[in-house]
Amino acid sequence: MSAPGGHGVNAHGGGHPGLKSYFGVFGALMVLTALTVWAAFQHLGVWNTPVALAIAVTKALLVALIFMHLKGSPKLTIFIVVASVLWLAFLILITVSDYATRAWLPIYAR
Amino acid sequence: MSAEPEVIAPPRRVDYLNVRYGVKSWLLTTDHKRIAILYLISVTFFFAIGGLMAALIRLELLTPEGDIFQSEFYNRIFTTHGVMMVFFFMIPAIPSVLGNFLIPLMIGAKDLAFPRINLLSWYLYIVGALLAFYATVHGGLDTGWTFYTPYSTVYANGWVVLTGVGVFIAGFSSILTGLNFIVTIHTMRAPGMTWGRLPLFCWSMYATGIIQILGTPVIAITLLLVVAERVFHLGIFNPAQGGDPVLYQHLFWFYSHPAVYIMILPAMAVISELITAFSRKPIFGYKFIAASSMAIAGLSFLVWGHHMFVSGQSIYAGLVFSILSFLVAVPSAIKVFNWTATMYRGSVSYQTPMLYAIGFIGLFTFGGLTGLFLASMGLDIHVHDTYFIVAHFHYIMVGGTIMAYLGGLHFWWPKISGKLYPELWSRVSAWIIFIGFNLTFFPQFILGYLGMPRRYHAYPEEFQVLNVLSTAGASILGIGYVIPLVYFFWSMRYGKDASANPWGVTGLEWQTPSPPPTENFPETPIVTNEPYDYLTAAREAAVRG
Amino acid sequence: MAEAVPTAHAEPPQFQHHFVDMAAQREASSLGMWVFLVTEVLFFGGMFTAYVVYRASFRHDFEGASNLLDIRLGAFNTAVLIMSSLTMALAVWASAAGRRKLIIPFLLATILLGSVFLGVKFLEYKQKFEHHEVPGAHFVVPEGLAKPSELFFSLYFCMTGLHALHMIIGIGLLSWLILKARRGEFTPQYNTPVDLVGLYWHFVDIVWIFLFPLLYLLGRHTL
Repeated sequence: MSAPGGHGVNAHGGGHPGLKSYFGVFGALMVLTALTVWAAFQHLGVWNTPVALAIAVTKALLVALIFMHLKGSPKLTIFIVVASVLWLAFLILITVSDYATRAWLPIYAR
Repeated sequence: MSAEPEVIAPPRRVDYLNVRYGVKSWLLTTDHKRIAILYLISVTFFFAIGGLMAALIRLELLTPEGDIFQSEFYNRIFTTHGVMMVFFFMIPAIPSVLGNFLIPLMIGAKDLAFPRINLLSWYLYIVGALLAFYATVHGGLDTGWTFYTPYSTVYANGWVVLTGVGVFIAGFSSILTGLNFIVTIHTMRAPGMTWGRLPLFCWSMYATGIIQILGTPVIAITLLLVVAERVFHLGIFNPAQGGDPVLYQHLFWFYSHPAVYIMILPAMAVISELITAFSRKPIFGYKFIAASSMAIAGLSFLVWGHHMFVSGQSIYAGLVFSILSFLVAVPSAIKVFNWTATMYRGSVSYQTPMLYAIGFIGLFTFGGLTGLFLASMGLDIHVHDTYFIVAHFHYIMVGGTIMAYLGGLHFWWPKISGKLYPELWSRVSAWIIFIGFNLTFFPQFILGYLGMPRRYHAYPEEFQVLNVLSTAGASILGIGYVIPLVYFFWSMRYGKDASANPWGVTGLEWQTPSPPPTENFPETPIVTNEPYDYLTAAREAAVRG
Repeated sequence: MAEAVPTAHAEPPQFQHHFVDMAAQREASSLGMWVFLVTEVLFFGGMFTAYVVYRASFRHDFEGASNLLDIRLGAFNTAVLIMSSLTMALAVWASAAGRRKLIIPFLLATILLGSVFLGVKFLEYKQKFEHHEVPGAHFVVPEGLAKPSELFFSLYFCMTGLHALHMIIGIGLLSWLILKARRGEFTPQYNTPVDLVGLYWHFVDIVWIFLFPLLYLLGRHTL
C-alpha cells in the first residue's frame, strides 16, 4: 500500500495538514502562551491551576494533532498516545491518593 | 578402467550459525537468532554471579550466628544477589533469549522490525551489567536491590551510583526489546497470521512488551534521581531536606511490581506452548489465555502499594491496593485452569520440557496462592520483611520463571542448535532441580511465618534446622543447574542432529530447518491453519489411513 | 519456484529487506517512534509525580520559589521553542513535498532556535548559581521561604535539566539530518528520518509546554 506521490508519502498514507494549518497553530500557540502568562497573574483562587493546566493541555493537543500529524494517524497511534497519558494519570493519581487519604484516619490528625 | 567413485560430501546446509564465522560476525550481527545466543551466554554468566551470591547467603545461614561475614558485608551479598538476579537475569532472560529467537520465526518474518536496535539493546545490557559487575567486584553496595532512600542516597557506603547507572542503562535495553517486540508483532506478521492465529507465546511476549514500555521508564527516572541526589545532595527523597522516602517507594514500586510480571508473563508464554505441544491437543481457551495476558499487563500497574503496607502509606490506599492485588490473581488463575484443561484427555507425553511445564504449574500455583495471603493487608503486616516473602517470590521466580525458562530452552534447543540434548540426563536434572528447589524454599515459608526476618545474617537458634534444610536444598538445586550447562555444551558437539520438527508439533518455527537459515524462511509462509490444530492434523492422518 | 516479482528496484535505496515492502517499513518506523515517545512520557512523568506530591505538601514554599524564576526568560524561551516547532514542522513538510531546497534552511532554523533556548537556560542556571538557589551544599533558603523551597529547586533543575539534555540530543539529530539532506537523501518517497526527528522534537516541545506553567507561573497570582 503505497500512497501516490503528490505531497509526499507518509506512514499513514493520509494527507498532511497544509501550510495554513501549521502557521495557524503557531499563531494559536503564541496567543495561548500570552494568555497563560496573563492568567497566572490574575487572582482566580482555586482556579489558577486548572486554568493553567487547561491552556497547557490545549497547546499540547494542538502540537500533537497538527504538528505531529496525530489527526489522520492510524487508530493504533492514537490509542498508544492515549494509553501513555492514562498510565501517567495512574501513576500520579494513585500516588496522590495515598497522601490525600492519610488524614482520613484520626491517628494522623495530631 | 573403472575409477573409485569419488565420494562427494553433500554440501553442508547453510544456517544462521555457520553462515559466517569470526568474532566480528557475532558482535556486529543484526540477526535476531544470533543476538538471542549473545544474550543466552551473557545472562547465564550473570545468573552464575547471582547464584554464587546465593551460595554465600545459604552458607552463612547454616549457623544461627553471623560467623562467616560481618553484617554489612552480608548485606552487600544479598544486595548483589538481588540486583544481578532481577535486573541482569530474570528481566532479560526469556524475552531476550527465547523471545528474540522465536518471535520472528513464529510469525513468519525474516527478523524483528528493528534489527540494529536489537543489537544496540544487547550492548546496552552488556554495558549496564558490566558497570554493575565492576561495582560488585569492588565491594558492591548494601542497600538491598530496592535502593530505599534516604539510606541509598545519603548514608550508604558503597557503589550506589555505579550500580544505579548500570541498572539504568540495562533498563533501556529492556525498553528497546519491548519496543521491538510490539512493533514487530503489529507490523510483520505473515499473510494469514491474524491476531487470532498468533501463537500464545507471542501474545504473552506482546503483553510483556507493554509492561516494559510503560513501567521501565519510571524506575529509570527514579534511579537517575537517586544518583543525582547522591552526587549533588539534592534532597528529593531525604527527610532532612524536606524530601519523602515514601515517595521514592511509590516511584520504585510503580515499576518493580509490574516488573515481576515482566518476569512471569514470558514464562507463561513458554508454558502455553509446552502444554499444548506435549498434550498433542489444541490449547483450551485460546482467547481466554490471550486476554488474560493483556489483563495481567494492565492490572499489574494498579497494585504496587501492596509492597508498602507497612511504610506509612494510607490505610485506605492500602485497602484499594489489597483488593486490586486479589483481582490481579484472577487472570493468572484463568491461565492455570486453561492449561490444566488442555492436558485433560490429551495425549500427554512426559519429555523434559513437559516435566518443567508441569512443575511450573504446580509451583507457580503454590507461590501464587501465597501471594494472596500477602495481598491481605492484615496478614502481610505480620510476614512483611520475613522469609515468608522470600519464599513467596522465589516460588514464582525460581519455581515458576526459571523452570519455564529451562523448559523452553529444552523444547527449542533442537531449533536453536540443530542438535538434540540427551533426554535421560535432562530428566534427571529436571528432577534434581524440582527436589532441590522445594527443599530450599518450602522451609522458608515456615521460617517466615515463625518470624525469621529477611536480610539478616544471624537468627535465633530454634530456626537452625529449617535453615540447614534450606541450604541443603540449595546445594542440590545448584547441582541441578550445572548439569544442563554441561550437556547443552556436550550436545553441540556430540548430540544427534535434529530434524526440522523433532517433536512433531504445530507452529511456524517448526516448518523451517533446524537450525534455521539466516532469513528464517526460504519463502514467506502463508498461514491458513488455526493455531495448535492438532485435531485437524490427526483427522487428516486418519483419513489418509 | 517463487517467481518473485522483483519489487526491490521499485523501492528507494533505504529499503530494508527484512520488511515486506516500503509501506511496512514506514509503518513500523512510525509506530516505533511513537512507542518510544510513550516511554518518554513515563520517563518525565516520574518527576511530574514528585512535583505534584511536593507542591501539594509545600504550596507556600513552592509558590514563593517559583516567583524567584525569571518569567520573562521563561516566556521568551517558550516562544522560541514554539517557533522551533513551527520550523521543524515546515522542514518535515518540505521533505514530504519535495521542496528540497527548503529542507536544510528549516532544519538550520530549528537548530538555531533550539540553541537560543539552551543559551537562555544556561543564563538562568548561572543566575541561580549566583543567588545560591542551587540545591545541595551551597543552597541558601531564600528570604521569606522555608527548607522545602530546596525541593522546588531540585525539581526545577532535574526537570529542566533532563529537558535540556533532550534538546541537546535533538540538535544532534537535526545536525545528522542536515548531513543526510546535503546528500540528497530525502524525497517524497522517503523522508522517514525527518518525520521521526520531527515527532521527537515536537514531543520535547510538549514537555516544555507543561514545564513552563508548572515551574514558572504557579505562584504569580500571589504577587
